[in-house]
Amino acid sequence: MTDSAAAPVLEVEDLRTYIATDAGVVRAVDGVSFTVGEREILGLVGESGCGKSVTCRTIAGLMPSPPARSTGRVRLAGYGERNLLDLSAPDLQRLRGEHLSMVFQDPMSALNPVMRVGAQVEEAVGAHEKLTGKARRTRAIELMERVGIPVPERRMRDYPHQFSGGMRQRVLIAMAIAGRPRLLLADEPTTALDVLIQDQILSLLLELQRDFGMSMILVSHDLGVIGEMCDRVAVMYAGEIVELADTATLLGGPCHPYTISLLRSLPDVNSQSRYLRSIGGAPPALVNLPDGCRFAPRCPLALDECREWETELLDAGDGEHTARCWRHEDTRREDAWPEQSYESA
Amino acid sequence: MSGRFGFLGRRVLQLIPVALGITILVFFLLHLVPGDPARQILGQHYTPKAAAEIHHKLGLDQPLWEQYKIFMDRLVHGDLGDSVYYNQSARSLIAERLPATMFLIAYAGVLAALISIPIGIIAALRRGGVFDQATRIGTLITFAMPPFWFGIILLLVFALKLQLFPVSGYGSGLTDHLWHLFLPALTIALAFSTILTRTLRASMLSTLRMDFVDTARIKGISRTTVLMRHVVRNAIVAIVVVFGINLAFLIGSTVLVENVFSIPGLGQLLVDSVSSRDYPVVQGTTLVLAFLVVVVNLVTDVVHAALDPRVTYE
Amino acid sequence: MSAVLGPSGTLLESLERRSRTSRIGRGRITLAVGILILGTMIAVSLAAPLITSYKPDAIDPLHPLLHPLSPGHPLGTDSFGRDIFSRILYGGRIDLLIAFGATSVTAVVGTVIGLTSGYAGGWVDTVIMRIVDLFFAFPFFVLVIAIVAMLGPSIFNMFVAIWLTSWISYARITRGHTLGAKRQEYTLAARALGYTNRRVVLRHILPNVVSYVIIFAMVDAVGNIVLGSSLGFLGLGAQPPSPEWGVMISDGQNYLLTAWWLSTFPGIAIILVGVGFSLIGDGLADILRPGD
Repeated sequence: MTDSAAAPVLEVEDLRTYIATDAGVVRAVDGVSFTVGEREILGLVGESGCGKSVTCRTIAGLMPSPPARSTGRVRLAGYGERNLLDLSAPDLQRLRGEHLSMVFQDPMSALNPVMRVGAQVEEAVGAHEKLTGKARRTRAIELMERVGIPVPERRMRDYPHQFSGGMRQRVLIAMAIAGRPRLLLADEPTTALDVLIQDQILSLLLELQRDFGMSMILVSHDLGVIGEMCDRVAVMYAGEIVELADTATLLGGPCHPYTISLLRSLPDVNSQSRYLRSIGGAPPALVNLPDGCRFAPRCPLALDECREWETELLDAGDGEHTARCWRHEDTRREDAWPEQSYESA
Repeated sequence: MSGRFGFLGRRVLQLIPVALGITILVFFLLHLVPGDPARQILGQHYTPKAAAEIHHKLGLDQPLWEQYKIFMDRLVHGDLGDSVYYNQSARSLIAERLPATMFLIAYAGVLAALISIPIGIIAALRRGGVFDQATRIGTLITFAMPPFWFGIILLLVFALKLQLFPVSGYGSGLTDHLWHLFLPALTIALAFSTILTRTLRASMLSTLRMDFVDTARIKGISRTTVLMRHVVRNAIVAIVVVFGINLAFLIGSTVLVENVFSIPGLGQLLVDSVSSRDYPVVQGTTLVLAFLVVVVNLVTDVVHAALDPRVTYE
Repeated sequence: MSAVLGPSGTLLESLERRSRTSRIGRGRITLAVGILILGTMIAVSLAAPLITSYKPDAIDPLHPLLHPLSPGHPLGTDSFGRDIFSRILYGGRIDLLIAFGATSVTAVVGTVIGLTSGYAGGWVDTVIMRIVDLFFAFPFFVLVIAIVAMLGPSIFNMFVAIWLTSWISYARITRGHTLGAKRQEYTLAARALGYTNRRVVLRHILPNVVSYVIIFAMVDAVGNIVLGSSLGFLGLGAQPPSPEWGVMISDGQNYLLTAWWLSTFPGIAIILVGVGFSLIGDGLADILRPGD
């Protein structure tokens, strides 16, 4: 495992992204801080709508403004002290593809439907390198081969609708690595795919990350995927990080009630039961957030104090494990949990 | 490529029932005439003998089914019947008037695209801004504006007062046509661009939200390239479809505007034939204009298929 | 909401103004402006005798083609010395009648046909939809003219022509949304409970479809007023000396160079009514269907 504190590739500090909607201001990301080290894979996990994707999109400068607006600091290695949030359009253009890239959730809609696949890959190749048409084409074919697309010369001429979901995701990955970025943001790259294809795509990502020496943020709502892929994990809830630790610690000894509930809701391979345990209730609307801890309304361990004030991320062991729960020591005691409280659907 | 030819073949086949339906509808138009059409046509010149002649000419002395058979039999031979007002066949009358109308429609279509594409794109990119608001108010007014009235206002200002354009007519030769038909084409184009502008704006806004636009942006290509190659390219597809759907509106406005600017086209022929109760010419003109809609619709479908590869794909 | 402090407070403040004007709120304003414009036009048309002392067809051979803002004639007079302002007020009765008369009948008939088609399905649906497709292939305005040509030019025959052709849009819209509503769970549940077809259609499907019909009817009303005045202009609808606005514009065409006001003012009246209907339609769309 690499030491992320030494020379982080990405440093995010107190990032907030709020979005104006008809229903009010949505606090999609609300004070998130983390770092990603050299060659490290950081997992961002949480339920849908917790701010994982918005975090990635904000870092990549993809949030539309208006209606979204962000504050905080995002620093990337190679950009010195400059805040990525303040980059001008030309600077942002230089950043993308070359320093940072992104793979999106739904390969069905992430490719331009009226443009040949080859042209789309070539466009990514030509974005940062002045190449002749022929050289660009050769590079595009190499890339497509590299991500495991059979007979790429022929498939270049096809349109996205002629590709399967898995093949499209491979094309998107090929485009993302075309500029050899130092940081890859993978936003639920396998959620829309069949289970068998999911594994193939994940191994491809892992392989490319090692070969290219990239750092990566992997967004997922699937703790199984996170456990296989990531070095460290940040658990997000309602726009905040509630627990952050290296993967083994987080999966082995979680201490935020939300993380614990998430882990307990995983299907148990050894159990004969066909039912999944789920967390009762729903995450709060990010428009009118409750006072106090945002998880308190669903937390089986919540006390009155929890509903009155919200704690910082607290040290939960050897400096690398933090959790946003002032009872993080109690949560590990089985007797603190009321019987079956988290099982009702 | 076979997919594309297959697509075209299917579309042409689909036209057959539509074309048949059109002929039936046009055929029955004559039977909407209250009482005896011959009496309407002849007016005070009515004599039983003249009436019998007209009955025979219009085929009204036959049973209904026979009448339709005769109508269709003539139609496939290009015979639309004879004008009862002019000493001419309806077909030659229509053939004389068709070029001006087709020229006007094409001209108006091009002007409408030139007006609405930049406006729609800028309004969408500056959503909620001054330009967008102005566009919204502008389209609100042009939508409610009767084309014949706007034509009259243009005529008044640019032809009569400023004398920049001719008051009426069609001219001869391409540049002369372009000059004579500028105000009429602009009138139609402005009315038509209302719907095109609104559609393009909406389509731009929904395209801008699509994932593939983010994919393009994250590649690190310029903002202009993202817009032109990805956003506009996709948004334009919607306007081609809307163009096809609203073609009938375009042709309807042509009828009005031809009458404002005295252009010797089908629209003027149609309205003149109504007042002279020249039923065969009314039928013939209606039929030709309906077929024109069908054919241009086919063209827009082919353009649509060329712009969007998914259309020909199953 | 928790105490507004630091970065989150600044962000919230900068964004809150933007989200305060919600779509429904904007819709209410649009609707109000639309009702105000259309309401005024309706009111002054109905109250025409109280507003002006001139009859719309009162000829005054001594004062033809008076300029606007002439004493007693705010919008001038035409070639027969008739008061333009009075003619516009009285003409509004005809044009508004066209808008309401043509639109309401086709809306009701088209909705019933569309509901039947969508709910019944099978061959009924096939036959109705083939007819609808056929009418859609026609240039609508040309078809209306052709029908008027055969029936004979008059305002009543114009209504007949519109009634015969305009229901198709409503039928298509209603059918589409009926098919959608039919698949919804509440409809399936209602059918499973053994409710009669009539009850399912009236209680469960119609309420879902009706908002689309009303919003479209406002757009259609604009179309009908333009259509009605167009036919009047061509001499195929209302006939002179009627003060119908299209007829007035046509009358003025011969005096364009000497008396621009004859054709100009009736056109502005048409636009005002049309904008009124459009704004009501837009406002209703924002309020009734904010999600679309």
